[in-house]
Amino acid sequence: MVLRKIYGHPKSLRNVSTHYCAGCGHGIAHRLIAEVVDELDIRERTVAIAPVGCAVLAYDYWDFDCSEAAHGRALAVATGIKQVRPQNIVFTYQGDGDLAAIGTNETIHTANRGENLTVVFINNAVYGMTGGQMAPTTLLGQRTATTPKGREARLQGYPLKISELLAQLPAVKYIERVSLHSPQEVVKAKRAIKEAFKNQINNEGFSLVEILSPCPTYWQMSPSKALDWIREAMIKEFPLGRIK
Amino acid sequence: MSKKILMSGNVAMGEGAIQAGCFFYAGYPITPQNELIAYMAKQMPEAGRIFIQAESELAAINMVFGAAAAGARAMTSSSSPGMSLKQEGISYIAGAELPAVIINVMRGGPGLGNISPAQSDYFQATRSGGHGDYHSIVLAPSSAQEAYDLMYVAFDLADRYRNPVIILSDGMLGQMMEPVQLSDKNNLKTENRKQKTKKWALTGCEDRAPNIIRSLYLKEGALERLNLVLQKKYNLIKNKEQRFEGMFLDDAKIILVAYGTMARIAKSVVVKLRSKGKKAGLIRPITLWPFPDEAFKSRHSAVKSYLVTEMSYGQMLEDVRLTVNGSRKVEFLGRAGGSIPTEEEIIKKVKSLMFKV
Repeated sequence: MVLRKIYGHPKSLRNVSTHYCAGCGHGIAHRLIAEVVDELDIRERTVAIAPVGCAVLAYDYWDFDCSEAAHGRALAVATGIKQVRPQNIVFTYQGDGDLAAIGTNETIHTANRGENLTVVFINNAVYGMTGGQMAPTTLLGQRTATTPKGREARLQGYPLKISELLAQLPAVKYIERVSLHSPQEVVKAKRAIKEAFKNQINNEGFSLVEILSPCPTYWQMSPSKALDWIREAMIKEFPLGRIK
Repeated sequence: MSKKILMSGNVAMGEGAIQAGCFFYAGYPITPQNELIAYMAKQMPEAGRIFIQAESELAAINMVFGAAAAGARAMTSSSSPGMSLKQEGISYIAGAELPAVIINVMRGGPGLGNISPAQSDYFQATRSGGHGDYHSIVLAPSSAQEAYDLMYVAFDLADRYRNPVIILSDGMLGQMMEPVQLSDKNNLKTENRKQKTKKWALTGCEDRAPNIIRSLYLKEGALERLNLVLQKKYNLIKNKEQRFEGMFLDDAKIILVAYGTMARIAKSVVVKLRSKGKKAGLIRPITLWPFPDEAFKSRHSAVKSYLVTEMSYGQMLEDVRLTVNGSRKVEFLGRAGGSIPTEEEIIKKVKSLMFKV
């Protein structure tokens, strides 16, 4: 009988335990990226930009070159790196607060310049690192540390659909929204991440994958309930699929 | 010998940066530094380098962070209100120990202020400016020629110490046109070689362990260790990199202290006073941080008092007082908000002081 290895630890992911909470989506997203980087054989020319937020320590988990960036400025830092070293594969990994609140300006203008970059955007509808405050993507009615009675459109506006906004820009090549709430969706998420990296390898311009990701701790749910909440509530506000 | 041409201080800094091997420039329009960004927009692509008009000063300084992290000689420029916006980025650059050059063509403040020359950002430049215990090296040219020459120095110091370097210019120096002797020295080739020697840079982890550029240190004691490394570096810079120009210091009874545009006026005052037999001298700091305390060493035994003149309400004054430390009188004359102390005002002040001493 011939043994064939069909599953293993990605080379681009360090063999360490993470600081993430039980049921958090970051670990899955980190692994999907590491698998894609390995499969595309780009580990030795990849440079990642970690955000400010829960994933600030992503460089302790990925095993390739990484930089930090000030809160919201990941895409400005990525622009500087990619412009200087176009032969490298440069991606940012950003949360909803980083990408769609404090960094909205950098996000829109980097996309509008059509920088040949890959963006992995983690949307978990809440600020995790700082203790569960309202994010730009927080759903109406959702309770957070700063919307104790639930988000109200009259007071805090509506969940910001940054992916749909970005899709309007002519220089944007590819945008897809995926989710981590089931194994099938995780497979689709990986496919989208791979597409976004392939676009950069082929010099096709700005690509972004928005990933709906569970945060059981600040949603105050069990990990399995958090997956249900994505399926039942989040997807209604943020429909899955290719946006551009 | 290269040619001598007439150019504004802003253009001189742009040309100097290109000759010094600046490979990446990102900026945002603001008066009175606009000639510089326009010059870079035209010349950088022609020289095969990168120019980006950023969406904000925040984006520009963080693009410089990225370009520097990738190993390139990188620069941005702005004027006072824009410099306030860049402070966060400069703090990160200092914390991550990246080399970068930042030009401030100072204008009147606070707030939106006006677009006239001023020196009111001395504290911001020399006292960190952003959050945390860090220092930028601060260079203050006082002519278009010196602005051009200091660009080589700025990039070399930034690389040597992996530290931000600020060129503190002002609206007068930026826009005034003066002849500049261009250098034959074009650093690009040597810089391309040097880029490969930046072992810490983000180039992809082929044949080595991954590099990480960071300023976050959460483990107990780790951030203190980083700060101690930085303090050691700052002490080395203080000992090795002080620059100043002295005039008539040996027998001066009163020594004027001024930098940048203000030093041009102070120099003219000193020459006039000397022609009338008055024993005046001048200390012109070129590095504002490190402050050139060597210039004040007791060898000027004849000096009775120092007169600090600034286009501010007394910022460098504090460094002179700290340096002189009560051993001599330190007097002050300053105007700001776009107004500049005149020769006549300074001469009047000197005469009143000399009469007193």
